[in-house]
Amino acid sequence: MPLDHQANQDEKDFRIVGQRPLRPDGIDKVTGRARFGADMTAPGMLIGRVLRSPHAHARIRSIDTSKALALPGVKAVVTRDDFGEVSEDLHDVLVNCMAQDKALYDGHAVAAVAAISASVARKALKLIEVDYEVLPHVTDVDEAMAADAPALYENAADESVPAGMSKNVVRRYEFGHGDVETGFAAADAVFEKSFKTEATHQGYIEPHACLATLGPDGQGDLWVCTQGHFAVRNVCAALLGMEVSHLRVTSSEIGGGFGGKTTVFIEPVALALSRKASRPVKMTMSREEVFRASGPTSSTSMDVKIGMNSDGRITAAFAELRYQGGAFVGSPVEFGAMSAFAPYDLEHAKTVGWDVVTNRPKQAAYRAPGAPMAAFAVESVIDELCKHFDLDPLEVRLKNASTDGSQASYGPKFGKIGLTATLEAAKNHPHYSAPLGPNQGRGVACGFWFNFGGQTCVSLNIQDDGTVGLSVGTPDIGGSRASMGQMAAEELGIPYEKVRTIVADTASLGYNDISEGSRVTFSSGMATIQAARDAIQELCSRAAQMWGIDEDAVVWEDGHAKPAGENAGKFDPMSLADIAAVAANTGGPIAGHAEINADGAGQSFATHMVDSEVDPETGRVKILRYTVFQDAGKAIHPSYVEGQFQGGAVQGIGWSLNEEYIYGEDGRLQNAGFLDYRIPVASDLPMIDTVIVEVPNPGHPYGVRGVGETSIVPPLAAIANSVSAAAGVRLTHLPMSPPRVQKAIKDAK
Amino acid sequence: MSQIHVSTKINGDATEYLCEPDETLLDVLRDRLGMTGTKEGCGTGDCGACSVTLDGRLVCSCLVLGAEAEGCEVGTIEGVAEGEALHPLQTKFLEHAALQCGVCTPGFLVAAKSLLERNSDPSEEEVRYWLAGNLCRCTGYDKIIRAVLDTAKEMRSA
Repeated sequence: MPLDHQANQDEKDFRIVGQRPLRPDGIDKVTGRARFGADMTAPGMLIGRVLRSPHAHARIRSIDTSKALALPGVKAVVTRDDFGEVSEDLHDVLVNCMAQDKALYDGHAVAAVAAISASVARKALKLIEVDYEVLPHVTDVDEAMAADAPALYENAADESVPAGMSKNVVRRYEFGHGDVETGFAAADAVFEKSFKTEATHQGYIEPHACLATLGPDGQGDLWVCTQGHFAVRNVCAALLGMEVSHLRVTSSEIGGGFGGKTTVFIEPVALALSRKASRPVKMTMSREEVFRASGPTSSTSMDVKIGMNSDGRITAAFAELRYQGGAFVGSPVEFGAMSAFAPYDLEHAKTVGWDVVTNRPKQAAYRAPGAPMAAFAVESVIDELCKHFDLDPLEVRLKNASTDGSQASYGPKFGKIGLTATLEAAKNHPHYSAPLGPNQGRGVACGFWFNFGGQTCVSLNIQDDGTVGLSVGTPDIGGSRASMGQMAAEELGIPYEKVRTIVADTASLGYNDISEGSRVTFSSGMATIQAARDAIQELCSRAAQMWGIDEDAVVWEDGHAKPAGENAGKFDPMSLADIAAVAANTGGPIAGHAEINADGAGQSFATHMVDSEVDPETGRVKILRYTVFQDAGKAIHPSYVEGQFQGGAVQGIGWSLNEEYIYGEDGRLQNAGFLDYRIPVASDLPMIDTVIVEVPNPGHPYGVRGVGETSIVPPLAAIANSVSAAAGVRLTHLPMSPPRVQKAIKDAK
Repeated sequence: MSQIHVSTKINGDATEYLCEPDETLLDVLRDRLGMTGTKEGCGTGDCGACSVTLDGRLVCSCLVLGAEAEGCEVGTIEGVAEGEALHPLQTKFLEHAALQCGVCTPGFLVAAKSLLERNSDPSEEEVRYWLAGNLCRCTGYDKIIRAVLDTAKEMRSA
């Protein structure tokens, strides 16, 4: 039965999709029974701890572990010597998990111990003697690009980087079309501004944690909080020199990820310790370790130049983006350069991105990686031009908005997209005409994210009592088991409560890509629907067999097999439960499978609107009102779609107003804790209003678009526009903390 | 360093344990008693994931020593439901989809229950300030605040 992408897209057809049933893991999560990364134990378990570099940049001359090993209760110590050669594509991953010749940032792992208790492990760390040769360091992106900056590597740049630049500049990217100089010459006004954003952390509440068991037989088990247990398995197996099937990885409940749990940090170390000690080893990061040594996002420095005519039409746009991605190649500047002008249908557009290494932890994905910063710079300049020409900012965006068939600034032509629909919804919302008081301002901004698909496997088992076990391979980071259950129930025509959805371990399904790129509801949903249709085909076949008619003469309607065509009405319809009950006599268990590479993820756009108030004396900003308008394609479970919108907006509020990595002159992180790295708390915020716009994605059988990441793209810009309006001065450096806002107001006077 | 013997009551059950003098109540609950519903998000009293009540007072269990619980009544997430019957807050959190990843949820429920025991009719602002010590990174707090306000309303009319 082929997937019909046009089927069921009319909302009226849906029975369960679009409803708000309770999530299957809900009771466990409100009673404390749900087991997260740190909640697992094993008989004979040891506790692992990591020794981390106190230096931002240092050569490691030697490591002496003998005194630590001699401490009673210590069962294993590992260092760089315990990991062998790995392939080139995994080299950086290994070096980040365990420093080799140099410590590259404050917090870089240098050694690890496994001991009978946490306190013994901590004592053992103090007995490890590391001889460091401290080297000059650099943590700021602009300073790292200076010709005389301390270099992390001699030869990390590829051929894209012109000769003569700092050795810390490692990649150059360029996107666009047309000729921006021609466009600027034709503009009535051309504005150019420079911007900076500081590094932020995903700030998931659950620190990284795992429990590793690797015995002398070479068979391993790993329990871990991760967004992608299949990827963890493959990477760990490669780093440990294991065959992939000899390592089974089970994803625990995951206490937030936002991109930060898409890679490995302590997992290979725990496996190495377990192998050496021949006992299970549990490792958890402290919050300080999470800040110092997991994967925050880039800090950036950006220039944006946009030309506009007095009627609001953009004639040309140019952006130069500089992102530091920590001590390794791979900042998300490429995504920043691709997404910067994606919301707009431009004749002339060009973006240049520079990937820069610094003595900071290796960046990891953070929700729409690279896009929010670029949107902040671009949407700020558009806002300035709107003010210059006294034009309505939503009208200007509508005039320039990308629509179906527009040439995206990063290359392809858009298919069916919903940006205009979000802008229209914003324009017509009462928020847009609500009055503002003194020192208050309103900002709007648009945002874009690509959305991804990828490798996905699902197994759907029809049990003999008519219930359904659905196994998916994408860790559930925000309620996706509920939406998978809805799609399976919808397709099979059975009640939602009859489906139990679980996230299966790596031995139980084929490879699944990581839960990232807003791909889960799209990809695992598509695979679930396909697996259900596979099962339905078998259910129809069994009914046909019992009725003694041709398989093609059976249709599936409302959860029942029914004889069709000339046989219509000749036999009583059989429900899924009826057929399942006798499956043993008609050919054995019934199941459906899908092993796919999900294609056709529809791009996602959003418009955000925010009101803020600035205290001109202290520079403090209060968010007064916030409304998110985003295209979800089709909202399977609207509550969790709203939740994604709200969560992204509030992470954006934190990024805009409070959150930043602060490094001292010594290159050490000064605010590695939630007290000094301040994420938004409940009393900082108003309710976050949401409007779900639904422009169905033709690439998904139910019209789904990913929704998880787009919601963090517009907030930085929308809030900056709002605060700039309220303060009467353009804010160009995030976060807009009270001292920065106060200074900007003072400087403008 | 010898261990300390502690007699306490946890969720109404008399409980004894041995702990190190420098061991937190959080570690005792999680590592010695297997009560892993109480979560560690920071270990420094900044995130509220480890919220419990100590003789009715809302505390971060990472800032309390295990030895300090001697003679006290400790209330944890495992004691919020009464047997099969969920507390109204638990039901409302589910109905409002007030959790995404769920790791902060135990702390929020313990803290919100503590609020409603003191104030049966809190304003939105009172709820927001009472819960300002509990960090949630997924939800933006909107649905959590609505769930608590809705619970208070329902419990008042019950």
